[in-house]
Amino acid sequence: MPLVNGGKIVDDSFVKLAVDTPLPEGGDVLVPAERFVGEADALLKRTGKVGVIWPNNRDIAELVPYLGKIAVVALVFPTFRDGRAYSQARLLRERYNYRGELRATGQILRDQFVFMLRAGFDSFDVKKQADAEAFMETAKRYSVFYQPTGDGRITALHRRMQLRHSEGVGT
Amino acid sequence: MYAYDEIDRTLVNERVSEFRDQVKRRLSGELTEDEFKILRLQNGVYLQLHAYMFRVAIPYGTLASNQLRALAHVARKYDRGYGHFTTRQNIQFNWIKLAELPDALADLAEVGIHAMQTSGNNMRNVTSDQWAGVAPGEIEDPRIWSELIRQHTTLHPEFSFLPRKFKIAITASDHDRAAIKIHDIGLKLIKNEKGETGFEVLVGGGLGRTPFIGKTIKHFVHGRDILSYIEAILRVYNQYGRRDNIYKARIKILVHELGIEKFSREVEEEWQHIRNSSLQIDDEVIEDIRSRFAYPSYEKLPHNPDQLRQAAADPDFEAWRKNSVAPHKVQGYSIVTISLKPIGAPPGDATAEQMDALADLADRYSFGEIRVGHEQNLALPHVAKRDLPALWKALDKLGLATPNVNLITDIIACPGLDYCSLANARSIPIAQELTRRFANHELANLIGRLHINISGCINACGHHHVGHIGILGVEKNGEEVYQITIGGRADESAALGNLIGPGVKFDEVADVVEDIVEAYLALRERPEELFMDTVKRLGVEPFKERVYATR
Repeated sequence: MPLVNGGKIVDDSFVKLAVDTPLPEGGDVLVPAERFVGEADALLKRTGKVGVIWPNNRDIAELVPYLGKIAVVALVFPTFRDGRAYSQARLLRERYNYRGELRATGQILRDQFVFMLRAGFDSFDVKKQADAEAFMETAKRYSVFYQPTGDGRITALHRRMQLRHSEGVGT
Repeated sequence: MYAYDEIDRTLVNERVSEFRDQVKRRLSGELTEDEFKILRLQNGVYLQLHAYMFRVAIPYGTLASNQLRALAHVARKYDRGYGHFTTRQNIQFNWIKLAELPDALADLAEVGIHAMQTSGNNMRNVTSDQWAGVAPGEIEDPRIWSELIRQHTTLHPEFSFLPRKFKIAITASDHDRAAIKIHDIGLKLIKNEKGETGFEVLVGGGLGRTPFIGKTIKHFVHGRDILSYIEAILRVYNQYGRRDNIYKARIKILVHELGIEKFSREVEEEWQHIRNSSLQIDDEVIEDIRSRFAYPSYEKLPHNPDQLRQAAADPDFEAWRKNSVAPHKVQGYSIVTISLKPIGAPPGDATAEQMDALADLADRYSFGEIRVGHEQNLALPHVAKRDLPALWKALDKLGLATPNVNLITDIIACPGLDYCSLANARSIPIAQELTRRFANHELANLIGRLHINISGCINACGHHHVGHIGILGVEKNGEEVYQITIGGRADESAALGNLIGPGVKFDEVADVVEDIVEAYLALRERPEELFMDTVKRLGVEPFKERVYATR
């Protein structure tokens, strides 16, 4: 599965660790939530970066004490119709001010990119090569947004207010 | 009506182009049917028994005449010359071709109509009172707020993949014509003691397999906070609503399982985090939306013009006027309901010719505006009383003047087994037979207000639970069997009907309904006691005894 980060297909430096894989000496690791919570101290002492794969039915607030120390939070879309991770993503970005990499993983199609970008994701484990290649084009598909989210894109309501005020000048 | 600006138009066009790409990927095999299914549903496209079905949104039931003409055009060019108005202010086309859908959408986009979120597990078309803005005694026009919520719920980045569909309805009148108590969120516009506009918020109503009447979650939410409050409800639902069983995934089940107190505490806690955010709406935003609703320049007209007095001599006109014409907030004007329930025809259908002709009549007599109600009828919201006789003649020629609004032949019915892949039983032929049985206008008038609602399966698109008489078709040992309830209603006193007895076969349904009506006529205390009041006073038993005595 190609990884898209910063709008480009990139190599993934992270190795996914299973619950029982021995911890490698160095290198970046992506660890399941269960293991991360159990071995957080040991994991964070290593030289490589640490990321966590967080299931969509576990309270994201549990991660708050670690947010300054981890490099990646990977949220899971078991199928693309299961949208729980959108709420987790917004909470991480907008309530808990997480600034590290926020990765969408699972069944990720191009049709979710705009929603995901708006919810705060910046990296994507894309299921199909063609979708990964179409990332930039798809991300630009919409120029109008009705809802305010933490991504800072200007909303339609706000834009109208600006237009009203600029039209009002000099009249 | 609301006029789209460049911003709204851009978004709709962007959505059309995205959908065009999705259809192209499906036709080339790049998308599997399983993947495409969710995407097409986000845009109102179902795969039915015979063809794709295409559902188009008519937000809060308001249409401009050019929009109605565009719907007629779609019916003619891409379908079989007719459309079907639904119970949620949508119109459905039953015979659309997948490859042509993007073009149909592009044609509709030209007049500011879309099909976004008319199906799928997202926030559906926001519905409201079809008399919004013209009904006497309204708090204020609920469409301003409906439009605000329409925009906020369109392509929402967090709530487009909910556990299940999510429906919001808004009313601003004491008499609820929007059926807010059977919606996931029901909003009633009210004023607080300071005279500020806000909402009583209900949550967890819905029909289907496990019907519930919505419960009040908060007695007053200030207008400026309504988006954050809705967002809080949805965030709780998105995270905790069940996803393991589609029949338990609606918010009504979550509210029921947690209890309204616990659910409202969860919402309250979430809301406190987000209420003082950019979701807060200031008056200027509301004024901006209000400014894009065009209101007619009404003339100063007499209450009882000569034309009306002269026409009163014609009993057919009088029968129609008494039945289909309602008071307007402005003197000299009326609201005219247009029955889409002619005797013997499928409820809610209109042909392309009727739609075009009605658009012309709206231009001539109703400031170019048409409304769509959840009872599957249309309305002209601003007709000068002096024009009523001429309008009636024109409607009658089109087959649109059946004087049966709110009477026993004004039946709500889903498409049923004639079209729908979910259905277990036929609905339309039952409705057609019932309209024939009660075709006599004197008889229907004698019976008075009585709503029959018919669904062809447990999903309850025909709202059978809240019909005064509800008919639910199920399948039993390969046969269509119909369960009949009485005493339901969908208005401000919403209630679920009670089963009157064992299910009956297709051929017996109309007989049973006739027997129920006969029992009512015998049991009512006086002619003014409506069917639902007699059922309320006496309960199901006396009806059951009479109807099943000979069965």
